[in-house]
Amino acid sequence: MVNKEIEKTDPLSSLKEFTAARIAIGRTGTSIPIKQSLEFKLAHAHARDAVYSVLDTDGLLNSMQPFNLPILHLHSKALTRHKYLKRPDLGRQLNEESAELLKDYSTNADIAFIIVDGLSATAVNENTYPLLEVLIPQLNRAGLKIAPICLVEQGRVAIGDHIGHLLNAKLTVLLIGERPGLSAADSMGAYFTYMPKPGLTDESRNCISNIRPQGLTHKPAAEKIFYLINEALKRKLSGVALKDNAGLLE
Amino acid sequence: MYQYTVRDIVYRFSDLKTLLAKASPFRTGDALAGVCAESYEERVAAQIALADVPLNFFLNETIIPYEQDEITRLIIDSHDSGAFKLISHLTVGGFRDWLLSDETDALVLKSIEACVTPEMAAAVSKLMRNQDLIAVAKKCEVITHFRNTIGLKGHFSTRLQPNHPTDDHKGIAASMIDGLLYGSGDAVIGINPATDSPAAVMNLLTLIDTVRQQFDIPTQSCVLSHVTTTIELINKGAPVDLCFQSIGGTELTNSSFGISLALLDEAYEATLSLKRGTIGQNVMYFETGQGSELSANGHHGVDQQTCEVRGYAIARRYKPLLVNTVVGFIGPEYLYDGKQIIRAALEDHFCGKLLGLPMGVDVCYTNHAEADQDDMDNLLTLLGVAGCNFIMGIPGSDDIMLNYQSTSFHDALYLRKVLGLRPAPEFEQWLIKQGIVDDRGELMQLNPSHKLLTHFY
Repeated sequence: MVNKEIEKTDPLSSLKEFTAARIAIGRTGTSIPIKQSLEFKLAHAHARDAVYSVLDTDGLLNSMQPFNLPILHLHSKALTRHKYLKRPDLGRQLNEESAELLKDYSTNADIAFIIVDGLSATAVNENTYPLLEVLIPQLNRAGLKIAPICLVEQGRVAIGDHIGHLLNAKLTVLLIGERPGLSAADSMGAYFTYMPKPGLTDESRNCISNIRPQGLTHKPAAEKIFYLINEALKRKLSGVALKDNAGLLE
Repeated sequence: MYQYTVRDIVYRFSDLKTLLAKASPFRTGDALAGVCAESYEERVAAQIALADVPLNFFLNETIIPYEQDEITRLIIDSHDSGAFKLISHLTVGGFRDWLLSDETDALVLKSIEACVTPEMAAAVSKLMRNQDLIAVAKKCEVITHFRNTIGLKGHFSTRLQPNHPTDDHKGIAASMIDGLLYGSGDAVIGINPATDSPAAVMNLLTLIDTVRQQFDIPTQSCVLSHVTTTIELINKGAPVDLCFQSIGGTELTNSSFGISLALLDEAYEATLSLKRGTIGQNVMYFETGQGSELSANGHHGVDQQTCEVRGYAIARRYKPLLVNTVVGFIGPEYLYDGKQIIRAALEDHFCGKLLGLPMGVDVCYTNHAEADQDDMDNLLTLLGVAGCNFIMGIPGSDDIMLNYQSTSFHDALYLRKVLGLRPAPEFEQWLIKQGIVDDRGELMQLNPSHKLLTHFY
C-alpha cells in the first residue's frame, strides 16, 4: 500500500513513455521500493534460469519430424554448464563422438541448420520450430538442398564451422540462444557462415539477432534469413562484404 | 629463477612473469590462459618467493621485452629514479608492510606515485588481503578538476549513464533528467552510443551540452566513442569536454583497439586545445578491465591483473579526470563469481590509486556470471570505505543498451548516506540551488513543476 503512494506521487513517471529504462521507480528513504526491487529480481531470475536451461532435444526432434530431414544430436567438448561458462574454447569444439558421427553425413548440401543451446537453451527451445516452420518450406520450394539438422549441446557459435565443414555444406545457418538480458531471456540469434571451416573468425559471419515473439518475430525473421541465404549463395560470400552490400542488416 | 621449498617440494618459477602469474589469487581468466598456479600450495609458495624479491629487480627484468612493446618502454623510460630512492631498498613483502605502516601517509604516498611501476603495484597487491587493499587505498587522495572537483576525501561522485539502445534523444534525456533529480552526474554525464558514427555522436554531444548550459550544471559530458571519432569531431567544432578511450596493458591489445601512444598523444593535445575546463584541464577519461588482454590475444603469458595495471601506465601519462575499471562486464570466463569480481575491483582500485590515478569502478556483472545484487552491494560498500572516486549511476541498475547490471542512482545515495559522503562540492551547491537536496545533502521531495521536468515537454 505504501508503495502505491510512492508510485502515484512520483512526478517523474511522465518520463516513462520515452524509454524502457527503469526510470521513475520512486524511493523509500534513498532505497528502491519493494515492488520495483522484486520486479528486478524476477527479471534476473528469468535470465539466470535461461543460462542453466537445457536443450529440449526430444521436443525439438518431435516438432521437426514433418521436415523429413535426418536430425543429429551432437555435443561440444564442454561436458557441463560450469565448464562451458569457464572455458569458451571447449564450447567451440566438437567432441570426438560427434565428429565421428558426422563423417557419415557428408552431403554437398546448400544449407546446414545447426541448432545450439548457447547461453539460453530456452530461446532455442521456443523459437526454433516457429522459425523453421516458415523457412524450410520456402527453401524447399526454391529447390535448395538442406543437410541433416544438427542439435548441439553446450555449444558456441564457432562450433558450427567444424560441423558445416564435416557436412560439406555451402552455408551454415546457426541458431543459438543469446546472452540473456533483464529485458529478454528468450532471444535467439541466427549466424550465417559461407564455406564454413575451422579457424574462421567473426568477420566471416553475418548475424540476425533478437529473434523472439516480443522482438523480431518469426515470420519477418524467416524472410530476412531467406533473403540472406540467397544473397550469400548467389554471391558466394558471408561476413563484412555481404553486410556492406546487402544493406539489410543494421 | 625464483624458488621456494615447502617440505620436500621445490617450487621453481623461471622468471618474474611466471612468478607473478603463479602468485595471483585464483581467477578463471588466468586458468583459461593456462598461467595460474596448479595448487593452493604452489600459489602460496609463489607468494612467499615473491615477497623476497627486491623492488629494484622490476627495473631490470621486464615481463614483456622492451624492444617488443611500447607500454614496457613507457614504463621504463618514465620511471622516476629520484623518488624511487625512498623505497628502492625494499622487497615486495617489505613494501607491503611499509605501505600499511602509520608513517606512510597520504603525502608520502603521493611522493612515490611516479616511481612505482605497474609490475611493482601488481606484485604487492598479490600479497595483500582485501582489507590491506582497502586500508592503503583509503590513505591515497587523487584529486582532479574540469568544471568541478573530483576525489576529495569525504566526497564521492557518479557518472550518470543514460544509455538507450537506439540512441533515442528523448529516451536519453528522460534517463538523464531522472538521474540529475537523484543527484547523479558529478563525475560526468557519459553516454555509450549505440553507433560510433561521427554524426550520431555529434548529436548526442550537442544534446548533453545544451542541457548542461541551459541549467548551468557544473559537470562535464562525454560520448564514449573511439578516439579517432573524437579527434574528427573536435576538428569539426563539436562540444567535446572529455576525450574517452578504452585501453589495455600491452601494445598488441591496444593495436586491436585501433590505438597507439602516438594516437593518444594526438587526441590529448586536440582535447586540451579546446580549453573547455573552467577550473582544471584534466580532459581524459579511460576505461579498463581485467581480461581484455587475453580476450584480444595480446597477453604474452602475463596474468590478467598485471596486464591491467600496465594499462594504468598509459592512463597516468595523460593526467586523466577519470579512470574507470569496468570490472564485471567481461564475463565469467575471466571473473567467475562475486568473490572474484570483488577481489579484482579492490585490486584495480588500489593499484590505480597507488599510481596516482583518479580511480572509479563500474560495479557490475552480466547474467551468465555467478553474481547478483547482493555481491554488488558488498563491493559498492567496500569501495566506499576504500575511498573510490566514483561509480556509475544507471536507472534501476539496468543498462538497457549494454545489457548488463551496474549501480543505480539509489545505490550512490545509499553509500553517501551510510558513509556520510558528499558529491563534488560545486555540484552539491548546484543541487541545493536547484532544490534537489537540502543543505545537509538529503534528497528533498521533488517538485512536480521543477524546471528540469517542465523543460522536457
